[in-house]
Amino acid sequence: MTHLKEKILKYKSAIGLVLLCLLLSVITPTFLSVSNILNVLTQISVNAIIAMGMSFVIITGGIDLSVGSILAITGAVAAYLIKTTDNLFVSIVVAIIIGSLIGFLNGFIIAERKVQPFIATLATMTIFRGVTYVFTNGTPISGLGETFGFLGNGKVVGIPFPVIVMLIIFFIGAYILNETRFGRYVYAIGGNEDTARLSGINTNYIKTLVYFISGMMAAISGILVASRIDSATPTAGTGYELDAIAAVVLGGTSLSGGEGTIIGTLIGAMIIGVINNGLNLLNVSPFYQAIVKGIIILIAVLADKKGQ
Amino acid sequence: MNQEKPILEMIDIHKSFPGVKALNGVTLRAFKGEVMGLLGENGAGKSTLMKILSGVYQKDSGKILIEGKEVEIHNVREAQKLGISIIHQELSLLPNLTVYENLFLGNELVSKLVKKLKKQEMIKQSKELLMQIGFDINPARYVKELSVGEMQLLEIIKAVSKNSKIIIMDEPTAALTEEEVRRLFEIINQLKRQGVAIIYISHRIEEIFEICDRVTVLRDGMLVGEEKVENLTKEKLISMMVGRTLTEQFPYEKVEKGKTLLKVVNLSYGNKLKNISFELKKGEILGIAGLMGAGRTELGKVIFGEYKKTAGEIYLEGKKIKINSPAQAIRYGIVYLPEDRKREGLVLKLPVIYNMTLSNLRKYESGVFRKLNKKDEMNDYKNFVKRLSIKVSNPYQLVKNLSGGNQQKVIIAKWLLVSPKVLIIDEPTRGIDVGAKREIYEILNQLKKDGCGIIMISSEMPEILGISDRILVMHEGTITGEVEREKATQELIMKYAVGIT
Repeated sequence: MTHLKEKILKYKSAIGLVLLCLLLSVITPTFLSVSNILNVLTQISVNAIIAMGMSFVIITGGIDLSVGSILAITGAVAAYLIKTTDNLFVSIVVAIIIGSLIGFLNGFIIAERKVQPFIATLATMTIFRGVTYVFTNGTPISGLGETFGFLGNGKVVGIPFPVIVMLIIFFIGAYILNETRFGRYVYAIGGNEDTARLSGINTNYIKTLVYFISGMMAAISGILVASRIDSATPTAGTGYELDAIAAVVLGGTSLSGGEGTIIGTLIGAMIIGVINNGLNLLNVSPFYQAIVKGIIILIAVLADKKGQ
Repeated sequence: MNQEKPILEMIDIHKSFPGVKALNGVTLRAFKGEVMGLLGENGAGKSTLMKILSGVYQKDSGKILIEGKEVEIHNVREAQKLGISIIHQELSLLPNLTVYENLFLGNELVSKLVKKLKKQEMIKQSKELLMQIGFDINPARYVKELSVGEMQLLEIIKAVSKNSKIIIMDEPTAALTEEEVRRLFEIINQLKRQGVAIIYISHRIEEIFEICDRVTVLRDGMLVGEEKVENLTKEKLISMMVGRTLTEQFPYEKVEKGKTLLKVVNLSYGNKLKNISFELKKGEILGIAGLMGAGRTELGKVIFGEYKKTAGEIYLEGKKIKINSPAQAIRYGIVYLPEDRKREGLVLKLPVIYNMTLSNLRKYESGVFRKLNKKDEMNDYKNFVKRLSIKVSNPYQLVKNLSGGNQQKVIIAKWLLVSPKVLIIDEPTRGIDVGAKREIYEILNQLKKDGCGIIMISSEMPEILGISDRILVMHEGTITGEVEREKATQELIMKYAVGIT
């Protein structure tokens, strides 16, 4: 009996997602079609990739508010480079390096300078949003060409490219978190940083790296977003940090750190995606969608509290 | 002095915590215009008794009389109403407010109609209060700008301003300079003249003789006696503090000592450690005794690299080494088992196995993708669960659900996995039941036989005497005595611990 209860608690996010899908396949005729499922997966890919990086940060007990701004600046850089050099490789690599470096900067400020993650990334979020405006001069960089456009819109054996990227990233993320020393350290730091340090872990290094990862994921998302809409806008990614945090929390990761899984985050992102999709299929006004999303998050967190 | 009836009587006070009898029929008196010193080793029950008096804890049984009338104290507010104030080592002032705001906190003077604060009036009254006690500071200054000593004095004034009849001072001089101690004593003398009763807790024997009129000595939760200071000598007082009969048997084993393993020369850490020098041999348990705040934990953490030494050298097997972080210390084979298990030793949210292998993960890595070999990890886990007989239901049980003794064994296993040369163990058996205690001593003995050097920091006198091969005694950041096992007595160690040389 208690065993069953434990199981249910452990997989509550997954159970929630399944129930949600069942409900939607009954009340809408189109939900359970291959094209709609692929559509949902494509739509969640950007948020899911950001949330993957965010999971590492949140499991260490931190938070990264700067991901939306990193997405914007890296998207703009990628767009600028593809237009000026027409070299896809350079465009992607430079954008990813810049995103990673901004993440590294976050990590340095937080780990070495001991600034609260919330404040540190609030500052860099503001700074890099500004940098994006300066860099783009406030106007979108559009017309990025077909090669670049493939990243966000192309398909490989029928599967949208962003979905493939997302799946690869989740595979790697889950591997790092579950199968490597680094992953174990991430949990240890989030669980008790003093113990981690006194156990010989270089806590500052690990903390810096998680923000580095988060920055890198935001950069990958930045490229995908710019490619998808064939344009890098200075307002891209605004508010994305909150969607990513929501996905992580819906996936059962505690904001106090030390707990959580990568697969949970994927499920969390899917729950958000399925809700949005379902409400669209049911012709619910987008104005209500935000309300529903917020309520679901609240229910999930309250249920989590009760489970403890 | 005053021969009238005591203003405070605590009679036959009992208090138990889960697994521990903290107070067992303790009686304490305090007199108007007198300072009653309250003495005892760490864990003798002084703090518990004072927390009962100030309403933090509830007594299990016994009576408290104030001016002859029986009272019940259920919380701190009731204690304050009865005129009892406690001045803690950790100050309760708000640093971001001014002196006068702190003095009037909760009792602010306000105008009738719009409840506007009467700042000038409060400043004026504060000034009078401060002058009355001869403490000349500007009431409008922020508390965070004051020195620790000034804060301590302000705390006392705050207690006085509430018309306290009984003031408890817990180690009030611990953070004070010589000059501030003088000032504090003047204030205490003035309070005595005003008829206040003071209960004074201190580890500094000299101060007891200087400022107290009587002393009450506790030991292991029991009253040893109350005595007038004029009838006491330092030696008499120390034997009252430690004079227990040692009945507990310790599994001591003699091992042939090896070569010098660790040598510490003139180690200093701010004003917490001053010129510490000692050697640790292979196959030796070096006990470090001392009272709270003597700097024992700091010594352990400086050697482990958690705190940065300000001077001195450390040699390991004859070679000078530099330790800048715990990670480095571990690489040299020096490990530290902290006194606060839950805050510094364990990641409570994580499974037992993860806690146990946390410092040893590097050894399980293999291949280009640095995958952890979980089979090896599980083998190590199983070995140590067996070797240390850890009671755990499965490897993924959360470590927070284990008993104290088993938690301690998990941390010991964590360190044994890295095959240490030097094990620094801080309060090895704190909060652990008798059976597990013995097992931990056996583990330490086994390590000794394997050629490990062990530094055992402990506040438990019987443990220090029962397990150590040699004992260093610390007092206020210095080593005041070194005693071989054969010559060690409770009196001798306590004498060094209170700083009589």
